[in-house]
Amino acid sequence: MERPAVKDNHMEQQGNRARKVVKPHVVEEWVGKVYTAICILVLVVTIGAIVYFVSSRGLTTFIKDGVSLSGLLGGLKWDPEADIPLYGALPFIFGSFSTSLLAALIAAPLGVCAAVFMTQIMPGIGKRILQPVIELLAGIPSVVFGFVGLSVIVPALRSIFPGQGIGIAAGAIVLSLMILPTITTIATDALAGLSAGLKEGSYALGATRWQTIYRIVIPTTLPALLTGVVLGMSRAFGEALAVQMVIGNSPHIPHSLFESASTLTSVITLDMGNTVMGSAHNNALWSLALILLAMTFVFVFVVRFLERRKNR
Amino acid sequence: MKKVLLVVVALMLTIGLAACGSKNESSNNGGTSNTGNAGTGNANTGGAALSGSLLAAGSTALQPLVEQVSKKFMDDAKYSGITVQVQGGGSGTGLTQVSAGQADLGNSDIFAEEKFVDADADKAKELVDHQVAVVAMATVVNKEISVDNLTKQQLVDIFTGKVTNWKDLGGKDQKITIVNRPSSSGTRKTFEKYALGTKSEDIQGSIQEDSSGTVKKLVAETPGAIGYLALSYLDDTVKTVKYEGVEPKEENIVSGNYPVWAYEHVYTKGEPNEVAKAFIDYLMSDEIQNADVVELGYIPVGKMQVKRDAAGNITK
Repeated sequence: MERPAVKDNHMEQQGNRARKVVKPHVVEEWVGKVYTAICILVLVVTIGAIVYFVSSRGLTTFIKDGVSLSGLLGGLKWDPEADIPLYGALPFIFGSFSTSLLAALIAAPLGVCAAVFMTQIMPGIGKRILQPVIELLAGIPSVVFGFVGLSVIVPALRSIFPGQGIGIAAGAIVLSLMILPTITTIATDALAGLSAGLKEGSYALGATRWQTIYRIVIPTTLPALLTGVVLGMSRAFGEALAVQMVIGNSPHIPHSLFESASTLTSVITLDMGNTVMGSAHNNALWSLALILLAMTFVFVFVVRFLERRKNR
Repeated sequence: MKKVLLVVVALMLTIGLAACGSKNESSNNGGTSNTGNAGTGNANTGGAALSGSLLAAGSTALQPLVEQVSKKFMDDAKYSGITVQVQGGGSGTGLTQVSAGQADLGNSDIFAEEKFVDADADKAKELVDHQVAVVAMATVVNKEISVDNLTKQQLVDIFTGKVTNWKDLGGKDQKITIVNRPSSSGTRKTFEKYALGTKSEDIQGSIQEDSSGTVKKLVAETPGAIGYLALSYLDDTVKTVKYEGVEPKEENIVSGNYPVWAYEHVYTKGEPNEVAKAFIDYLMSDEIQNADVVELGYIPVGKMQVKRDAAGNITK
């Protein structure tokens, strides 16, 4: 495919004399193409392999072990080590959704308001000091969040509310801290990218700063802000270690926010190492991973949808 | 020219990374789908000095011991040609990997016969068991609890949710919070089998944690909490409870009076090759059994006055 183009170039510029000399920019062009092609190939193969692998393992539960899809998604009882094993994953699905939704509910107002402060109210200090500080949160390992949650948040919740302190509330608070940088960074970029004309127009009409922010700036950037929230939620959905440490891991739908519960990720990390590969219990864990993967795809589609709305 | 060089270097790096990436991927695929045989430990049996490499994987409860012993083993001049790698991953992973030939030694908290059931039962027959230590478990409660002895029946009532308040067991009026292990855990299987004698369900509101450190922390902090820990984890942050009036102490375990204990197993596929045998013999030698094993909170197998088989039958 490259050959004719190379030839044409030569013909045009130097004629027959330089046919054997390859010009540097042609080499650059070629190297760049191959290099980027290899990069994308590696990514595509990796993603394809992961999807194939998780699906092939996860579907075994239905094919070989005879668990029905509705039984897995709608069953309330999870007891894979019993004499008659039961694989009902609804408590985990409920736990995953409630913790990540609650985390987004806590983190979204905080993140968006912080972004408004950093871009609209004090852009100087915001850009130079506050943003790096918030981005620092993203670099903290999840086990540290989990340990802080177990040592600080759980005892605090235990002393304020009735119950064990452990549970969905503790998980959601830990997760909200973890997804705060994602939401804030995306919101900051969106707000900073807003064209100055809109704001100046608003000021020219006599609007105050607050009126401009909540009538013009926020509504215009709303799709981008929501993208940040959804991305944060998908991170919360997939987080395993920190949640597992503070949620209690009981396979039941809890009666309150302060009672032991489980998420899809926490049950996978708890049981994966202890089960024998290929056993029904282990296959059921892969099915949970498949549900998790499917949910991540849903999140990606939601983000795409929001982005398309933004561009319109 | 500089730019071209930069691009070429970047290209080489990418290809290098890509190669690594695909290698990892293929070995992962092999590891998890049980198709590939990584063949890590092929013993070189020529000559007097042994050389080769061993991969031990599995139980996190046994990992500290195997790790410490493997360091001493490799420092020993006699075995300088042998390298031993130790990985965690859990008993299930250890048994899977040794059975598939991906690891040379599979560490497990429980008998292979208990993990490989139904269709997999044949896999357990290929494995050879080496019992390297004994680990005992004690019931622990929060320090505020006044109860200091629990019978088997009382424990069953607690862990199956029949009794939910300490006042029914002679304590003060306080809700019981169970800190359990995940249902697949080897520690929990041991506790259920030898302390409760029955399987326990995960009741609503109970906590499950996999790591002993977290279990201890939660029992120490949560009012009304009960859990169980290996003896090596006990300290004054939690209160140890007697089982049927017997204190979980070494002399009671050795004599068989305290039943909540289990062997730590190292499995090999078939009879061990020379390298694996050298390591297991080293692990079973008196200098290790009486020093490292005791120091890390296990009980040497040789001290036990009773023996137990996979079905749980005890012989003197």
